Amino acid sequence: MNTADQYVKAIYLLQQMEDGPAATGALADMLDVSPASANEMIGKLEQRGLAEHEKYKGVQLTDEGIVRARDALRTYCIIERFLANVLDVEEFRAEARELESVIDDTVAERLDTIIDRHAECPDCFDPETDACRYLEVESESPAD
Amino acid sequence: MSLGQRVASDHQLARLLQIGVVLEEVVEARAYHHYQSLTGEERELDAEIETLLEHAAEESAEHRERLADLIDELDAESVPFEEIETLVEAKYGKTKPDDFDGILYDQLCNEETAYKFYDDLIAAVEASDEQFSVDRERLLSTLRDIREEEAAGVEEVTRVMETRD
Repeated sequence: MNTADQYVKAIYLLQQMEDGPAATGALADMLDVSPASANEMIGKLEQRGLAEHEKYKGVQLTDEGIVRARDALRTYCIIERFLANVLDVEEFRAEARELESVIDDTVAERLDTIIDRHAECPDCFDPETDACRYLEVESESPAD
Repeated sequence: MSLGQRVASDHQLARLLQIGVVLEEVVEARAYHHYQSLTGEERELDAEIETLLEHAAEESAEHRERLADLIDELDAESVPFEEIETLVEAKYGKTKPDDFDGILYDQLCNEETAYKFYDDLIAAVEASDEQFSVDRERLLSTLRDIREEEAAGVEEVTRVMETRD
């Protein structure tokens, strides 16, 4: 998943959590980048027609941005579920965050063939717990 | 979240190599099942596809072993590969492509996906300054060798597909 996809996914999740535009600061925090880097990428996303930024309010995805974000979130869900259910990784959230930049969506599609994902994916992804609601893992508690 | 494509630790590298092993397992299982799905008569009629699938399964098994050797040298916990084998088997025992075109197209997807995976992994290792516990040059040369074989696989399947158009 490339950097732009990671940004649109983060904006999408923040919009869900905040029920409104994503604040640039919150976006920078989520991606662990500087506010300057976040602003630069937001500008690029605007140029590509994926997001709109309004000063003092924050950034919102366009319809095209939402489609892209949902695809990226689906890829992320596949990685999380694959790690948790196939490789039995306890810290699957943290590892999925580390691996998502290296796993392409075509590769995720192949991994998807050996996991069972819920039909409503990615709507079952809970941004608060950073995992699918149906992902049953007993050994790990959600990140604080 | 980790922005930028780079491998930052032994652990992360081991995990990516494990994903590679599973991908190879998937390729091997699909090729094997496709091969099994051919009737005796079809095998006689289509020696080219038979050879292609046999070769794909053998090559994937060999790639898996090479990746497993690298994983063994890294400081990482083991993964229950017997369980994964069973899981992959269970998934692919049920699927059958309808015809030769389906088999070839699926095989093309397998090879292309594997190529993309190794290409991204090589780029991520090259972008990293991390000292891995496995020799970097050996790691990269192994991954590049495998990537080249996947590229050759893509070419071969494409060639066979083109001759059938």
